Amino acid sequence: MTPIFISADNIISPVGDNTADNFNGLLRDVSGVNLHTGSPFSAQPFYASLFNPGHFSYQTGKQQYTRFENLLIASIVDALANSAVKAADTKTVLIISTTKGNISLLETETASAELNRRISLNTSARLLASHFGFVNTPIIVSNACISGILAILTGIRLIRSGQYDHAVIAGADVITRFVLSGFQSFQAVSAAPCKPFDAARDGINLGEGAATMIISSRKEYSYGAMVMGGATSNDANHISGPSRTGEELNMAIGRSLQEAGLLAAGVDFISAHGTATLYNDEMEAKAINLAGLQTVPVNSLKGYYGHTLGAAGLIESVIAVKSLKENTVIPTRGFSSMGVTQPVNVCTGVYKNELRNCLKTASGFGGCNAAMIFGKE
Amino acid sequence: MSTNTYINADCVITGNRIYKNGRPVFDDQAAAAPDFLVSAYRHFDLQYPKFYKMDHTSRLGWLANELLLQEGFQKEKYRPEEVGIVLSNSNSSLDTDIRYYETVQSIPSPALFVYTLPNIVIGEISICHGFKGENAFFVSEQFDTGFIEQYVNGLVNNNILQACICGWVEWLGNDYRAALFLVEKMKTANSVIFTAENLNKIYQIENG
Repeated sequence: MTPIFISADNIISPVGDNTADNFNGLLRDVSGVNLHTGSPFSAQPFYASLFNPGHFSYQTGKQQYTRFENLLIASIVDALANSAVKAADTKTVLIISTTKGNISLLETETASAELNRRISLNTSARLLASHFGFVNTPIIVSNACISGILAILTGIRLIRSGQYDHAVIAGADVITRFVLSGFQSFQAVSAAPCKPFDAARDGINLGEGAATMIISSRKEYSYGAMVMGGATSNDANHISGPSRTGEELNMAIGRSLQEAGLLAAGVDFISAHGTATLYNDEMEAKAINLAGLQTVPVNSLKGYYGHTLGAAGLIESVIAVKSLKENTVIPTRGFSSMGVTQPVNVCTGVYKNELRNCLKTASGFGGCNAAMIFGKE
Repeated sequence: MSTNTYINADCVITGNRIYKNGRPVFDDQAAAAPDFLVSAYRHFDLQYPKFYKMDHTSRLGWLANELLLQEGFQKEKYRPEEVGIVLSNSNSSLDTDIRYYETVQSIPSPALFVYTLPNIVIGEISICHGFKGENAFFVSEQFDTGFIEQYVNGLVNNNILQACICGWVEWLGNDYRAALFLVEKMKTANSVIFTAENLNKIYQIENG
């Protein structure tokens, strides 16, 4: 199928406020993950990648946006500033990706029907569309931890259908008591900085952030990279645990490669989900082997960003595309000794090589998996 | 690309009434909304103990899907990865989010937390039937039938899926509605062409 061009992107995270700052930060081994004690979110100390209070002061004055909305606005502003794609173009669509959006309002506001409407993602979408002047109704994707990749996939499908020429795809999640307590109740949060694919890995760190990717059917809007294909699948196994075989993630990888017109040998590196839970990383290693990609350099960025949920697929895709352009793969922070049963080639240092194409993967609650191929023009 | 796709079955649950392919098949006006789902589960003699562990949204979606696929759907015609699910609603998982957050004050409940994502209902249906194809959950103010038509037709016409269960599953407080559609390529005696207009008509069945 026809590739779709990438026009601009942005990441806003505790590591930096644009793509270049984030990428350079990762090259210098800067991580947003820190120990938080005495937090209102948790009685026990926890590691997470959180914005410092006051990091987000972006307000227009006219409308009181939530923290989640401010993050999205800041990310979209920067991406649009670097693209010729216009929000107000009738052939541009806004796609929003999140898992929990404004849910923190449950923690601070009194329950009411009005509060429910304020929490609604439709309210956020309407405010964002009106802020930027998007004329089409935004599309909202909320599909657990594959939301970011599914949002890009939705964008390329809408463009290929001919309905739109351009898509502005933005994802964000913020971490509050709701999300942290939930993952803690699952015993899924590590008491230390997370260790993807490592023998001593024992859970995730959460993180907050936002990212935006602007894509277009038109080559003149391109900044030199493309989305070549993508797919999702379902494990049909368990709502909160991944597949035992990795077969279903492998299906999504296979269909993505097919859509991109590539064989496994055409993949130069893999940006894995790599959450640092026992089961996720093991499942991913199995899928990577089933796909015949076990010698391909693979990284996880969770040691820098934590798990940013609905933003993760977008943040990690933006870094993956930057890696292609810079011919530089970022290491896997936190990894030291192999901890999965299948061989995978985990990047332990900055890896420089001529890079053409990369694979991005993600999996999440509900048994969902997603894969996507990015390439250089 | 412009080959027709067909709605080969539909199931709508709203106002304590269930409609299958346009006909009312169950009604229990006396029951409170959550009890209605249990009442329907018993009435149709369904056997799936996991039903009782699900939240309201998943119970509603799972139940609508069971009735949707009863009589007519030939699962054996498809490989697991050829059947997918595309759902949408307006309030994501807010009903369960509120319930979960009530437990955070004392002991946060992992059994509730896992349902604080709208796509879990897709996982429940996939597990029950072994469907492994494309899945996606979208949030929209109203049932965006134009978008669903376009997205699902894209999947089916490009042979990414051969069959797709799509529609709307919403539960908040005591307000709920499910409208599920089985979309396939083959035409049967009862097929309706898969268009936004037909989705709308069936979705608002009680007004039709």
